[in-house]
Amino acid sequence: MATLNPAADAGARAPRRKWTPEKREALFGFFFISPWIIGFLVFTLGPMITSLVFGFYRTDLLQIWEAVGFKWFQAVFTDVLVRKAMFNTAYYAFIMVPLSTTLALLIAVLLNQNVKGQSFWRTVYYLPSVVAGAAVAILFKWLYQPDIGLLNSILNPILFRISNFLSLETQLVAPRWVFSQEWAMPSVIIMALWGAGGAMLIFLAGLRGIPTALYEAAKIDGAGPVRQFFSITIPLLTPTILFNVVLNIIASWQVFTQVLIMTQGGPNNATLTMVLHLYNTGFSQFRFGYASAQAWALFLAILVFVLFAIRTSSSWVQYER
Amino acid sequence: MAENTAAITESVSLPLQRQRHYNVGVILWRVLLYMVVLWGAVIFAIPFYWMIRTAVMPPYQVNLFPPEWIPDSINFVNFRAPFVGPFPFARWFGNSAIVSVLSSAGVVLSASFVGFGFARLRFPFRNVLFIVVLSTMMLPEHIKLIPTYLLFVKLGWINTVLPLIIPNWFAPPFHVFLMRQFFMTIPQEMDDAAKIDGCGWLGIYGRIHIPLSLPVMGVSAIYQFTFTWNDFLHPLVYLQQVDKYTVALGLRLFEGFMRSNIQDMMASALIAVMPTIVIFFIAQRYFIQGIVMTGVKG
Repeated sequence: MATLNPAADAGARAPRRKWTPEKREALFGFFFISPWIIGFLVFTLGPMITSLVFGFYRTDLLQIWEAVGFKWFQAVFTDVLVRKAMFNTAYYAFIMVPLSTTLALLIAVLLNQNVKGQSFWRTVYYLPSVVAGAAVAILFKWLYQPDIGLLNSILNPILFRISNFLSLETQLVAPRWVFSQEWAMPSVIIMALWGAGGAMLIFLAGLRGIPTALYEAAKIDGAGPVRQFFSITIPLLTPTILFNVVLNIIASWQVFTQVLIMTQGGPNNATLTMVLHLYNTGFSQFRFGYASAQAWALFLAILVFVLFAIRTSSSWVQYER
Repeated sequence: MAENTAAITESVSLPLQRQRHYNVGVILWRVLLYMVVLWGAVIFAIPFYWMIRTAVMPPYQVNLFPPEWIPDSINFVNFRAPFVGPFPFARWFGNSAIVSVLSSAGVVLSASFVGFGFARLRFPFRNVLFIVVLSTMMLPEHIKLIPTYLLFVKLGWINTVLPLIIPNWFAPPFHVFLMRQFFMTIPQEMDDAAKIDGCGWLGIYGRIHIPLSLPVMGVSAIYQFTFTWNDFLHPLVYLQQVDKYTVALGLRLFEGFMRSNIQDMMASALIAVMPTIVIFFIAQRYFIQGIVMTGVKG
């Protein structure tokens, strides 16, 4: 990097001060990264430390500032609602991460098989991830509507026929989706799977990086498509898989907008997630100290799983190309 | 790799013998492939189709049961609903546009500036600092939420668009990473040549790296625009007055209000998602190329 000829540099610009080119470069280096340094201190490091400090107070951020020691950090482990929220978030993440990664990989691999009109299919699969957010949650809430929603108006007649065909005593009925305690979280997951296109695009980019010569060599050696997939595609794609898994873990543990709009955490707290709960604790009940402690607990949980994914990756990710 | 080569060489079969099965197998495989791709695409497209179908449907047809797939006639009267209702929908739309455009601009300018520093200049602690950039990339947003909220309260920025824009002018790490990776691919000789011609660091950045990095800047800008447009948590925390809302927040307010009027709701939702879709279509090739080019990898 930057192996310039010092003589040329000195000739081009007479040094105003006694700075050596190295010092000048270092100075400019810090000048260039200064926006990030300021942003990091003000919007990241500062808030992180402050949020840890808040965890030791009972505070509404206005008048009340009462030191409570480790009370909130202990409460995080004993509070039934926090445990419920932690469980729900883990449930969501542990199903969502493998499922959406597999789905995204599957679509990417299929589209990579010289499919005609690839850009059209790619757009169809990718577009839902562009519109993620409130509008989509509202749309799905309606699709999931148990009595007149689209999904059950398709499912119920099918289930009716199946019941008749098998002559079951009790008629099969489609679940009540977001209104049902058991099905509310699966509903949120199904909706989130609809946005798997983002990861798919990254997989497609990764697939393009695999040299076609490898497949040709495998074909000559008589390896079928399945063999090629497991011996070439998957091993060479492992860095991309790791990348997607890590991004997905971080995003999944922070699921918020969808549950807030579709269920507000209900029914009976079946979809109460950690970010939703800490938002409620802070911004609805004004217990900002407790909310900060919860934020740290969630942060540590995410950290553990991300580090776990990265640490174990050395055994399954192949970096050499 | 070693494992692969072993796997490939060990399965030495006779190519001629396989040839006969090969063609039938390939045809079957292609048929199956297209069926799966097609049906997958249909499933992915149905929710969208349903939103559009409902938005253009005449009101009497929407609540029929079982639901009808094809509208009797296409009419745009539902699209007027959000603008004539009691809520300032156009204003929300404008707020979202301001926030998204200014956030994207800030991200592109600041992150490319910082990315250039990390890619091209040597200074003490550069590698350590870049590792910090990478690790903050993975930092969840919620951990910073309450203190930054307090900061913006103290600054008097609540109910303004500033908390949604200003942090993006300080080089968000994901975009710094993207830019830096791209700048690393620009040949060093170009910098050296410019230096000999008397260009300073700012000149090298402005005259060489910016013009060459327009595609990656496009990727960055689209990512940020889409993210900001869809963002819900931050507007929810910082904006409390209804006329200051962004579209995402406003939709939720609508939803409580128009519960029974699903065609108006879907028309509003369709308008709300339009900008991200339009921008994606305009910049699609650019965007996908950019992702391939920057090679987002682990």
